[in-house]
Amino acid sequence: MSYLIKHLKELEAESIYVIRETFAQFNKPAILFSGGKDSIVLTHLAKKAFWPAKIPFPLVHVDTGHNFPECISFRDKLVKEFGVNLVVGSVQKSIDEGKVAEEVGINATRNRLQTTTLLDTIEEHQYDACMGGARRDEEKARAKERFFSHRDEFGQWDPKNQRPELWNLFNGLKHYGENFRVFPISNWTEMDIWQYILLENIDLPDLYFSHKRKCYIRNGTILSVNDYQDLKEGEEAKDMVIRFRTMGDITITGAVESDADTLEKIILEVAAARTTERGGRADDQRSETAMEDRKKEGYF
Amino acid sequence: MINDLKQRWKTEKKKDTSNMEDTDNYLGRDLLRFTTAGSVDDGKSTLIGRLLYDSKSIFEDQLTSVKNTSKSKGLSHIDFSLLTDGLKDEREQGITIDVAYRYFSTPKRKFIIADTPGHMQYTRNMITGASTANLALILIDARKGVIEQTKRHSFIASLLQIKHIVVCVNKMDLADYGQERYDEIVTEYENFATKLDVEDVRFVPISALHGDNVVDRSDKMSWYEGSTLLHTLENIHIGGDRNMKDCRFPVQTVIRPHSDEYHDYRGYAGRVESGIFKVGDEVTVLPSGFNSKIASIIDNEKEVQQAFPPMSVTLNLTDDIDLSRGDMVVRPNNQAEVTQDIDFMMCWMGNEPFDPRKKYTILHTTNKVRCVVKEVLYKMDINTLHRNEKDLSVGMNDIARVKIRTTKPLMCDSYTQNRSTGSLILVDESTNNTVAAGMII
Repeated sequence: MSYLIKHLKELEAESIYVIRETFAQFNKPAILFSGGKDSIVLTHLAKKAFWPAKIPFPLVHVDTGHNFPECISFRDKLVKEFGVNLVVGSVQKSIDEGKVAEEVGINATRNRLQTTTLLDTIEEHQYDACMGGARRDEEKARAKERFFSHRDEFGQWDPKNQRPELWNLFNGLKHYGENFRVFPISNWTEMDIWQYILLENIDLPDLYFSHKRKCYIRNGTILSVNDYQDLKEGEEAKDMVIRFRTMGDITITGAVESDADTLEKIILEVAAARTTERGGRADDQRSETAMEDRKKEGYF
Repeated sequence: MINDLKQRWKTEKKKDTSNMEDTDNYLGRDLLRFTTAGSVDDGKSTLIGRLLYDSKSIFEDQLTSVKNTSKSKGLSHIDFSLLTDGLKDEREQGITIDVAYRYFSTPKRKFIIADTPGHMQYTRNMITGASTANLALILIDARKGVIEQTKRHSFIASLLQIKHIVVCVNKMDLADYGQERYDEIVTEYENFATKLDVEDVRFVPISALHGDNVVDRSDKMSWYEGSTLLHTLENIHIGGDRNMKDCRFPVQTVIRPHSDEYHDYRGYAGRVESGIFKVGDEVTVLPSGFNSKIASIIDNEKEVQQAFPPMSVTLNLTDDIDLSRGDMVVRPNNQAEVTQDIDFMMCWMGNEPFDPRKKYTILHTTNKVRCVVKEVLYKMDINTLHRNEKDLSVGMNDIARVKIRTTKPLMCDSYTQNRSTGSLILVDESTNNTVAAGMII
């Protein structure tokens, strides 16, 4: 009998440990579900953590109103299959209530507006720990993120004043009104996620696989033609064979040209990829510290 | 240099893109966590950049971004530290303030680097990074030799019971790649290391800047017959570092499905911190002392026959006994000590100094208790390893031996026996900040 444990099993065990700690230490945890592969993997890990009981907290989805329709139908199917509660926070509602103003201009997106809706949803439902599928390998500001990330009463992240995180002792103590973001898959890389999806045969939205789609190219990024953006002069919609490496708002999620239509092919493509998966995200390209700035305000 | 690397990248890329064996291998890798420590100038960031780049863990867009930033700062070379220094303040000040986690993998292993700053005042970050590491990588500048900071890093690695230390004698290019200088440093370090509690120390002469002995063997140091750094990291045996003897299972939470199918189900969720639990094993539950047997073990929604570290599983017992978060499942003939009096080495991390008159909250395994301080025995000078029994004031980055009494019993082992049941943290009750790390003696 071998007592060796392989790295995916070790990562899985670590994440399950963190999810259970979150459940045990907080009154009202939730999973922030984006519809992307990372939050899908996170939801599967949560299912394993409590089996045969159902996931004992809801999935919270911040709906920008600018979604890929495939994402929404996938979300609804998963929710039904897992028997888990779904809570939707609507950016459209935040706009209608006048809490945020729609960005204007040709590069307008609702990405930044999500933060307000997210914080309002957290406040409305009194969630004290929101688990997200962020990984430290994604972006440089995230490399410094804790598993248990403390947020003040305004939901803000103070990267210079983070609690040291030692061994596997997670300090979730907080004052009234404060809350935590928890990142159970912090130590996974993009490759780990894909390998795990393959190993566990996890179902994903079709958008991740190669398909034909009407696209246009803006600032070097391949974007899906959608109802929310107009083409600029010189931009042209054309059929392309693409897939998406991340799943976000339809207006900012860049595609890659790819004929990878199976998990195995995707893994090969990821192994050979020369840009990070967030390389196609217009939201990160706004400035050198775009992610850090958004995180400080309370973004995921 | 970067053009060399890029050229090399291109040829290597061709070689392995269409090789499915690589992905099969991937499933069979194990995980090595290591911590790096070094000061601003000893080439730590360059070394990490080199490891990431040579293992193809740096992507084009990251490289482009680092190149652009280097250029806009007026640098003639590419500043690899920009890859690891993620926060705005760090970039502006050119220092690392916080532990950053980096990932790379080779066909043999996946690596997690806890990259910690080397400044004097950031002992707390080194301890944080070291607490989860299997191995510590210590950099010595070949021109400077063993300096105070080398000693401090090594002492912390030893205190945190990191079993393996790899000492990289860096900047060999600036020491004429000479064996004599290298041997001198090795002897100097070995003399110092006799005072430490580390089982396995290895040395590699490298030049991170030029890549000598990092991934590829150096042709400038033919006198060196040992392994390259990457080969060492890939092959060091870490499986034996886990404690497979003393069965310890702290309960995180109780799973009760409340469904018709699992009406009376009570599962105890937790992670095996040490030892091997098997179905049918007699177990004792602490602190109550009740005995029972393991009826079944659930891993990944299936029943399994045994569980060992670091698996997260659910245990079901044959008897319906009172068991909840904070309790611990052990074997009757090998129990953790149940005690309210704890003697430990404390690393203070709080901004405010330690106040022995205050009560602190202790987090230990899955327990949360309060404590009062009974005695501060001595303060340790981590440069000289001297015990100071006169000045017992403890502030940020100080290490002291302390005795406390807790409000409820904890189930402990000594830290040298067990890194999980032997570690604790102190939390300030007014701010809720983690203010100290403790290693039970």
